[in-house]
Amino acid sequence: MNKVQNNKAWFFILPVIFLVAFNAVIPLMTVVNYAFQETFNNNIFTWQGTKWFENILRSERFYAAFGRQLLFTFIILLIQIPLGVFIALSMPKKGFGVSICLVLMSMPLLIPWNVVGAMWNIFALPRIGFLGHYLALLGFDYNFTQSIYAAWFTVILMDVWHWTSLVVLLCYAGLCAIPDPFYQAAKIDGASRWAVFKYIELPKMKKVLTIAILLRFMDSFMIYTEPFVLTGGGPGNATAFLSIDLVKMALGQFDLGNAAAMSLVYFLIVLLLSWIFYSVVMKGEDK
Amino acid sequence: MANIKLENINHSYSLKTENNSWAVKNINLEWADGGAYALLGPSGCGKTTLLNIISGLITPTQGVIKFNDLDISNKLTIERDIGQIFQFPVIYDTMTVYENLAFPLKNKKFEEGFIKKQVQKISEILDLGSILNNNAKNLTVDQKQKISLGRGLVRPKVNALLFDEPLTVIDPHLKWLLKSKLKELQKQFNTTMIYVTHDQTEALTFADKVVVMHEGEVVQSGTPTELFEKPNHLFVGHFIGSPGINILPCEIKENSAFFLDYEIKKNVNIKSIKDKNIKIGIRPEFIHFSEIGIPVDIISVRYLGKCKIVDVVIRNINLKLVLNDQTHVPEKKAHIKFSEKYTYLYSNNYLVN
Repeated sequence: MNKVQNNKAWFFILPVIFLVAFNAVIPLMTVVNYAFQETFNNNIFTWQGTKWFENILRSERFYAAFGRQLLFTFIILLIQIPLGVFIALSMPKKGFGVSICLVLMSMPLLIPWNVVGAMWNIFALPRIGFLGHYLALLGFDYNFTQSIYAAWFTVILMDVWHWTSLVVLLCYAGLCAIPDPFYQAAKIDGASRWAVFKYIELPKMKKVLTIAILLRFMDSFMIYTEPFVLTGGGPGNATAFLSIDLVKMALGQFDLGNAAAMSLVYFLIVLLLSWIFYSVVMKGEDK
Repeated sequence: MANIKLENINHSYSLKTENNSWAVKNINLEWADGGAYALLGPSGCGKTTLLNIISGLITPTQGVIKFNDLDISNKLTIERDIGQIFQFPVIYDTMTVYENLAFPLKNKKFEEGFIKKQVQKISEILDLGSILNNNAKNLTVDQKQKISLGRGLVRPKVNALLFDEPLTVIDPHLKWLLKSKLKELQKQFNTTMIYVTHDQTEALTFADKVVVMHEGEVVQSGTPTELFEKPNHLFVGHFIGSPGINILPCEIKENSAFFLDYEIKKNVNIKSIKDKNIKIGIRPEFIHFSEIGIPVDIISVRYLGKCKIVDVVIRNINLKLVLNDQTHVPEKKAHIKFSEKYTYLYSNNYLVN
């Protein structure tokens, strides 16, 4: 039982430790620093204990933003996941169409986020943009800079356009991994199309679908650039989701203590919800 | 249960149908009701294609399939009432063993009581009774394969059970058990069973009649003994038996066949031979040492339990002999003799009558 002690392997992960330290650990710790202290200038910090947290957890503004965020995330998941699964199921499995579909699906994912916002801003301009023009022609009083409903409609439509492809690509990969005999056996057993989906495709897609939901959940909580460019969080605060509100507080009002506490609370919420979701879905797996 | 007839089946996976792109060609076969058959051939010879054509998973480019003399070529898989078991066990992960077995019956809208009775019966036959309520996902491979099999057997009326190399992923010691189980089930249910494999032992032990395929064509169909004693095609001789048939050059002179300078078969009907490409085929089991005959040099002797394989050479032509372990093998030089009855002539790989 003489185990060779060789700690040289640690050197191989040094670059990663270095990277993670600079892009995650140190910034996060800085935020923690701000969340418990107050600073004016010259790097003079005074200890504030949990004051900022108490502020945040008592503020209506935070709950309003959090509520908007939850509603937004819920709606886009409700649209993107079934739509993504449906599109993945309708995509061809072989032949010429596969590459065309894959390229079309990847397009929205390749466009920089602020460009997506700008595109949709122009696309949806009331009476001038393509969408605005035709909605007006159809008799809708559509103006996303004034109406809360129009603003939400546009932001959700934009997010669906931007991110459904991610769900599609993940599900498509899952579907392509199902061996032919499963479909053949289902045919032999006389399974209906719905039964094939329920008993073969869905269980085999479970893992990628979990990843897709988690990614979309976390990403939707981080959404900032596109609505910032499109609506700027307006009208009023109607589309000011958590991160937009956070940036307003941190940079607009330079209220660093409250903003830091808010981002920590926000971070813990995402972490907690993801963990709950993942443990529930993966329960009973790998037994 | 049904008598299955395949008439002039040709199938090509590509749209071009030049001669070389046929996956299976000129298939004319009849499978009697209740028989145990094997489809034997190397990988890529078209046996799985043929099986899928019978079950309707593939529609053949040309040809007619008949069940009990009824043309069912255009019927869907489900209407054909076929059970098919694949190389890798297919189970429905989210269901229990019971639900898996009941699935084909539920799809056919049988009533609950009947389903229960039927599943109970099949699970007892397959020794799955104790795990009926377990989740099917976490079982061993052989249990999963039994479930696949059970889904075929559970239906009250099955025209045929098709097996597509079902034992490939099973451990050797369980393979034997499952193989005997299949044979037993075949007798018990008296269902037509077609068993696809590239393993000659599996085919020869399972089936009453073996169909050998080679490059998309059926080269011979017969009982295991027929295939062994009188191969219709050099491929059959080579593929069945271990080691395979000796293939030797041949010359025809005045109604007799000669190997080198030695006459080995008399009264050959030369008229039936049009082609010059004639070969002699003789199984290693039918060559033996004798006092007089063809002089050879002995290269090596290998002992394989009950028999031994002797490699000999004459003028750069290698031959193999299979002898039982009692037989004395001379050293270095010897004479060999062919049993005339089992010495066959092949023209363009096909047996000359």
